[in-house]
Amino acid sequence: MSGDWPLWEVFVRARGGLSHRHVGSVHAPDAELALAHARDTYTRRLEGVSLWVVPSAQIVASDPDQAGELFEPAESKIYRHPTFYDIPDEVKHI
Amino acid sequence: MTPRSPAEAGAQERASAAAAAPWTPASAGEQLDPRTDYLLRLGDDALILGQRLGEWCGHGPVLEVDISLANLALDLVGQATLLLNEAGDGDQLAFHRDVLDFKNCLLVEQPNGDFAQTIARHLLYTTWQHILLRRLTASSDKFLSEFAHKAVKEVAYHRDLASEWTIRLGDGTDESAVRMADGLDWCWRFVPELFEVDETLQTAIDSCIAPDPRAFEEEYRSAIAAVLGEAKLEAPADQRPILGGRRGHHSEHLGHLLAEMQFLPRTYPDASW
Repeated sequence: MSGDWPLWEVFVRARGGLSHRHVGSVHAPDAELALAHARDTYTRRLEGVSLWVVPSAQIVASDPDQAGELFEPAESKIYRHPTFYDIPDEVKHI
Repeated sequence: MTPRSPAEAGAQERASAAAAAPWTPASAGEQLDPRTDYLLRLGDDALILGQRLGEWCGHGPVLEVDISLANLALDLVGQATLLLNEAGDGDQLAFHRDVLDFKNCLLVEQPNGDFAQTIARHLLYTTWQHILLRRLTASSDKFLSEFAHKAVKEVAYHRDLASEWTIRLGDGTDESAVRMADGLDWCWRFVPELFEVDETLQTAIDSCIAPDPRAFEEEYRSAIAAVLGEAKLEAPADQRPILGGRRGHHSEHLGHLLAEMQFLPRTYPDASW
């Protein structure tokens, strides 16, 4: 039966001020029940204050076959990490 | 400690539990005060419906629904724990009372049937429970008012979920609509009991401990009619009402439920895990 139901990706906001994070997925026949299933499956232990569900079919994913061209070039560019600079103590919030 | 066979241990502990039981059964002629009686009515409703929904655990039509039903069950067992502990020793009341002393309404003890029948039962009960709890927040009794404030949010979700499923099954496939209609038809004759006021309840109403259910029967009937309308279902024809659960006259189904629920604590009264 759940095989007939579309899959929904579930995102939970743990506290006000934090962004929603992906926590998993549920099957549900429609958006309202997807929210109910997400609530019952992923927020039973006070994990969140807000929920998003998104039809999994709506997620556009990168092609694993393209992983080389997409991600490997970044491996040799460690200078992009801001770890070569001394940050003065007076500078806050960085 | 000398090893004992489980049967021996069970027999000894049963004997000592029976001797220590603080509970005098109502069937032995004890008249409960209206407040305790009311706590037991609400507490037993929650306990028995929680146990019924718990029977779905591992048998739900899909994993998500299985988890969802188990959550509802746990909410209800939590409510029962609060209410029965206020009425006396909650564990004694839940596990060492006999069927004639249970005060739950007949609706909640009805078998799960298929998923649609479970949803029908939940819709009919939690719609009533939700309206009741909203009014119970104004109870003159501090415990009951605080209990209602806490439980009303849980039950609002139960009512919503049961309504959503009723609409989807009723307005779903030909088969789901037939099953939903059959489930409602099975449960319908137990609705009038929810609005019955006997002498004991009347005393609780008079002292503002309990809301008068008759005052919200119309609200209840139109709320159910609205859900059924959206579900494209006809309300079942009124049948001869079946009453008596509040006075301990139960259907045979409750005995079977209790046998399963009470077996372990009655056989091993001090078992812990």
